[in-house]
Amino acid sequence: MNLTAHAPILAIAVPLLGAFALPLWAKLHRSLRGGWLVLVAGATAALTALVAVQVYTVGVQVYTLGAAWPRDTLTPGGFPIRIVLTVDALSAFMGLITALVAMVGFAYAWRYLAEDEGKTLALTLGTLLWAGMLGMAFTGDLFNLFVFLEVTSIAACGLVGYRTWASRGPEAAFKTMVMYTVGGLFVLLAVALLYGEYGALNLAYLARQITGSLIDRIALALLLGGLLMKAGAVPLHMWAPDAYGEAPAQAVILLVANTQISLYALFRVLFTLYGGVADPGVGWLVVALGTLTLLVAALMAVVQLDLGRLVAFGAVSQIGYMLLGVGVGLTAVAARPAYGLVAIQGGIFHMLNDAVAIGLLFLAVGAVEKASGHRNLAHLGGLGHDLRWTTGFFLLGALALAGIPPLNGFASKLMIYQSSFLLSPILSALAILASILLLAVFVKAFQGAFLGPRLTAAEPVPVPMLVAMGVLALGVLALGLFPELVVRHLVAPAADALWTGRDLYLQAVLGR
Amino acid sequence: MIGNVPFVVCMVLVLLGLWALLFRRNLFKVVIGIKIIENGVNLYLVATGYVHKGVVPIYTYAPPDAAMVLPTPQALTLTSIVIGLATTALMLAFVVVIHRHKRTLDGRKVTELSG
Amino acid sequence: MSVVVKTIARILLPVILVFGGYVILHGHLTPGGGFQGGAVAASAVALLLVAFGPGSVKKLKAPFSILEDLGGVAFVLLGFLGIGTTFFFNLLAGSGGLFGAAAPIGPNPGVLNTGGTVPLMNWAVGFKVLGGLGAVMVLFGLFGGDDDR
Repeated sequence: MNLTAHAPILAIAVPLLGAFALPLWAKLHRSLRGGWLVLVAGATAALTALVAVQVYTVGVQVYTLGAAWPRDTLTPGGFPIRIVLTVDALSAFMGLITALVAMVGFAYAWRYLAEDEGKTLALTLGTLLWAGMLGMAFTGDLFNLFVFLEVTSIAACGLVGYRTWASRGPEAAFKTMVMYTVGGLFVLLAVALLYGEYGALNLAYLARQITGSLIDRIALALLLGGLLMKAGAVPLHMWAPDAYGEAPAQAVILLVANTQISLYALFRVLFTLYGGVADPGVGWLVVALGTLTLLVAALMAVVQLDLGRLVAFGAVSQIGYMLLGVGVGLTAVAARPAYGLVAIQGGIFHMLNDAVAIGLLFLAVGAVEKASGHRNLAHLGGLGHDLRWTTGFFLLGALALAGIPPLNGFASKLMIYQSSFLLSPILSALAILASILLLAVFVKAFQGAFLGPRLTAAEPVPVPMLVAMGVLALGVLALGLFPELVVRHLVAPAADALWTGRDLYLQAVLGR
Repeated sequence: MIGNVPFVVCMVLVLLGLWALLFRRNLFKVVIGIKIIENGVNLYLVATGYVHKGVVPIYTYAPPDAAMVLPTPQALTLTSIVIGLATTALMLAFVVVIHRHKRTLDGRKVTELSG
Repeated sequence: MSVVVKTIARILLPVILVFGGYVILHGHLTPGGGFQGGAVAASAVALLLVAFGPGSVKKLKAPFSILEDLGGVAFVLLGFLGIGTTFFFNLLAGSGGLFGAAAPIGPNPGVLNTGGTVPLMNWAVGFKVLGGLGAVMVLFGLFGGDDDR
């Protein structure tokens, strides 16, 4: 068995097997559950890294399920009918983000989740969500995109609402589930429309056939709507603050990664599937939605009194920056001016930075809630006396998110500001305005919760939680101090996959 | 033209479901609205596979030279039904839990989370 | 429920289970398969719930969730069976062993011993669906009673 050739499917199958087997080990003994989780998570992360190394050094990886050999994508008639996984640099990059987030989340969950409050269930659903996200990132056909989208929906809503003894969790989960399901059905309807027109489901094959007819445009609108619902872009964002506010902290960072994977699916559709019939109008629509998202979410964050919801609106706002960056690239993809590539690089780099910085913030909020029992800013004050490390981590995350140099948010936001300025100065002005608003909001929240006289008693935060936050804090610093290195080696190939890599993607599957 | 009627009917179902989703307050009716959308989409999907005068696509049952309807959309529809079952069960479970906490199913009265 | 319902439920229960098993077993030959058969078998749980009340199925909750997990594990492991070639590769088809007979060409009523890993996967899915649906129904039956934590 050739491990490198099979790595794409193993990266999905191993966490799936892990999720199904986890409750069985837990029934035998608790320590078996922990060992199994470490084994599965380590193996999945290693496999994801292996896939990424292959993709970055060799090129697009293709895997055909159930065929005579892994690269056997086509029938003798030259038609792809099997389930095909196609991993290009952007997919691999998203896989790495999910691996980072999941590993940090599991390390944090070790001491964060209480044993009698459904810890096994939360770990199982987390592993399942990870498998679904990797599936969405690696799949090469539209219907499996829908299937994995629904896997992530069910796992994510389970994570939001599994604490059925509290009333707020299930309410947030129901809201989220309605949005996710309707979004998923929009995607399914689009898949059905495209299947009815072209008789195929393979992304690469469809991309070569697509003509831009009226049905294609309707399908694009449905895909855009469905995936933006899952990504939590304004005006379809109302589930996001509820879900982020009510889910346990280690699940929230997985939910954030899940919104980014939905954005990845959207970019895949816009650039690869519809790349041949690209329309600058769609790019402008994405830019408009991105600007709206970053502004509205930042304004909503101002009025929040709950620390969790405040950070949640910050998270929604970051989705807007990614949409803005990649949307600017989409308006320019036909003429290919240099700023288009910079914009896409900025948008994609911001995904990594957002996962690290917002993840750090959510974990810090979870630590505050666990240590003090409160999350409402009216009850919090002077936590800095007791929770020194957590205070530092929160400040670091907040400054990074607001785009203060030399932290990582600045590096990617600068690329987005510069490139969107060349498209229209108003866009970058609005983006900078939203950043300033976020900075004000976070400074106010930080001052209220962590500084001043000691209002709230706080217990010490367990060491594994601090270690998990420390890893992300190191990420914030490293990505901020050496952005050139990361952009050149990790982000640039991923951006090229959208910018010029469409033909390589199609050739890898269709062979010509 | 008459061949398009099934597709139009599916779209009508989808719109009916959306209407229920947007304008019904009872949480169970919201779930039912989602199920109606889902059934419309599933019917659409299975209708795309129809071949005029096609037979059931079972290899060992079909006469040698008969045209078969496409099996792929049927497999897709089945998958989608299974997923629909899981999502519906999950949503209904949340509705039951919400009802146990709040003793009401009115979507506007259960809201604790807003803004 | 009345004695009529209970008596008929007792008679129907094995019939439903056998029919569910039949649908799963013939999934690779006729319409149906793991999900449908599992759903049919799970309707037996609904019958128990209606006829004898939630108390009668309360004990089944833990076995059902174990059954569901085992079904999922078995399905993924059957996928791993073909990993020497590709994931989900049908290693057993035409091998002459279990479910390994070659499918005859031309119209015929179907040979049960064909299909390779497909019938085995049907069984895995069938048990998963029976376990999952059964556990959901038991939980719905128990809702409103004691805390389900």
